Amino acid sequence: MSPNADGSDGGPADTVRQVTGTGVPVRGNDVDTDEIIPARFLKVVTFDGLGQFAFFDERFGDDDQPLEHPFNDDRFQGASVLAVNANFGCGSSREHAPQALMRWGIDAVVGESFAEIFAGNCLALGIPTVTAAREDVEALQAFIDEHPDAEIEVDVAAEEVRYGDTTIDASVDDAQRRALVDGVWDTTALMGANADSVDATAASLPYTDD
Amino acid sequence: MSEGTLYEKVWDRHAVTELPTGQSQLFVGLHLVHEVTSPQAFGMLEERGLDVAYPERTHATVDHIVPTADQSRPYSDDAAEEMMAELEANVGEADIDFDDPTTGRQGIVHVVGPERGLTQPGMTIVCGDSHTATHGAFGALAFGIGTSQIRDVLATGCVAMEKQQVRRIEVTGELGDGVTPKDVILTVIRKLGTDGGVGYVYEYGGEAVEAMDMAGRMSICNMSIEGGARAGYVNPDETTFEYLRGRDDVPEGETFEELREYWASVASEPDAEYDDVVTIDGDDLEPTVTWGTTPGQSVGVSEPIPAPGDLPADKRDTARSAQAHMDVEPGDTMAGYPVDVAFLGSCTNARLPDLREAAAVVRGREVHDDVRAMVVPGSQRVKAAAEAEGLDDVFTEAGFDWRNAGCSMCLGMNEDQLVGDERCASSSNRNFVGRQGSKEGRTVLMSPPMVAAAAVEGEVTDVRELEPVPEVRA
Ligand code: SF4
Repeated sequence: MSPNADGSDGGPADTVRQVTGTGVPVRGNDVDTDEIIPARFLKVVTFDGLGQFAFFDERFGDDDQPLEHPFNDDRFQGASVLAVNANFGCGSSREHAPQALMRWGIDAVVGESFAEIFAGNCLALGIPTVTAAREDVEALQAFIDEHPDAEIEVDVAAEEVRYGDTTIDASVDDAQRRALVDGVWDTTALMGANADSVDATAASLPYTDD
Repeated sequence: MSEGTLYEKVWDRHAVTELPTGQSQLFVGLHLVHEVTSPQAFGMLEERGLDVAYPERTHATVDHIVPTADQSRPYSDDAAEEMMAELEANVGEADIDFDDPTTGRQGIVHVVGPERGLTQPGMTIVCGDSHTATHGAFGALAFGIGTSQIRDVLATGCVAMEKQQVRRIEVTGELGDGVTPKDVILTVIRKLGTDGGVGYVYEYGGEAVEAMDMAGRMSICNMSIEGGARAGYVNPDETTFEYLRGRDDVPEGETFEELREYWASVASEPDAEYDDVVTIDGDDLEPTVTWGTTPGQSVGVSEPIPAPGDLPADKRDTARSAQAHMDVEPGDTMAGYPVDVAFLGSCTNARLPDLREAAAVVRGREVHDDVRAMVVPGSQRVKAAAEAEGLDDVFTEAGFDWRNAGCSMCLGMNEDQLVGDERCASSSNRNFVGRQGSKEGRTVLMSPPMVAAAAVEGEVTDVRELEPVPEVRA
């Protein structure tokens, strides 16, 4: 489980050195945040309950009847490692997107590449966004399809993803790796400790003396 | 790493310290807040018993959920009313300045900031919204942030960020008649890809950009994120300074002159070094429209739609499903693509100059019988200014609906939505499936004059080829 699964993401941050769990593949490049969580579900003042709306428009038809989608597939219920392709999470800055994935059960995402704001939002929730070569990601997705019950190990510290007999080289953005491995992603606390320097920086700017 | 760029200069002025993560702690000069991404952040603050550190550097408006027809309270949509009430409570408690609809200054957050003069060169600006890059048009370092970062900014006045590379995008030459900044940015995204800007900040320059007014520069910077770049900016110049002079939140007299010196000083040096430089020939551009479901899938209006097989391997699948969704055929042009809806609005293109350009096309013409057309001004002030010059009459006489300010059909969070598989000519920035409120809906992105042309012709039309309107005798 993500340490912040209660959504409070408050309190002292734990470390996330490794995430282990079964996988779920969601294929396609440029999967945008409107797909991950359509805008009409943003009319909320808390993130609670967003999990059921993850990928909603692709999972449900006009009369809300379930469509074929990995998130609806029985085999992938309980999965915690999401395997995606390139530029995943592009579009809006809505943190509702990683919140919805996390509340559905996702604790780590492995993909070819991620949109930056999305990756940053994931980090704030303690969800690693790990990148790997296209062939490796595709092989991982194929493996998950064939072995939905197999465990995938996303090793943030070692920058590897392991499954079956395979180990793939992955990479984790430097700051993200340090934040997760050392448990220092509570940026509010980190930055709050420097309040005096912040005041000094503010005072040094030409536009702040109003 | 780049050297001598505006990005570096502004970054250095705002860097407080380095964090254990290796990220920099950056002071935020202006924090803009809207109703969709902020309530959870205020909630987190409350959970931790923290106050807003710099309420005077924070500014709120309401845009995504406001109805654009009947705005009387309570809103008929309960969820929208709840979000509005939550925002009112949060900003009231924290003593944050709030341009609500009763002030006459409400509007889309990226229209309101510049219009008030809150947005200034050499600032760091953040907002829980990916189109915050818009403010980069003033030579500010502006980027969208997530809700946890909003909490950070509220609590500490800072964001934690990693430094990025700078790519200079040089637009040479002069844009032809009927060609607008929107066509420039659609071309940039088409050339560099929807993820080409990941890891970069875009600096837009060159003659064509320097010749643009602030509205045009904002349209370009606005869509930086559609190219994967979290921020984009234009170096501040006389056009920038003159725009700001006399705005509500811009000091006058000597203080203005002092500020202006600072503003001029942050521009990139003539010998600045960039991590990458891309040149686009502005003389070559034609009105550009999207054929697919990402902003990178675009063509000149008279150019054939590409066959997926001719695209790079990793773009083919997306192109195939996009063409199926849009119901377009490779080899056809987008000119002639029927439209049911024309939407003139959004933070990309709903400022006064945008409305003027569209009105110039609409004047003396009528909206096609099969089209429902609407104008949603970017702010209450844009609306009032447009009305003062009679643009509302031009639009309504032609058959457009003239509505109140907000995000509206850009993302369909209020009642303005596509229905079923309607096809929409839209001046907004995203053509994602479902973006305009219907998952079968189809969005074609284009400039305001092109939206106007599509509205009167009932199909995507090269605005340069419209039959002239017969002279009406006064
Ligand atoms: S107009 Fe559209 S893109 Fe701009 S802030 Fe509103 S929803 Fe976002």
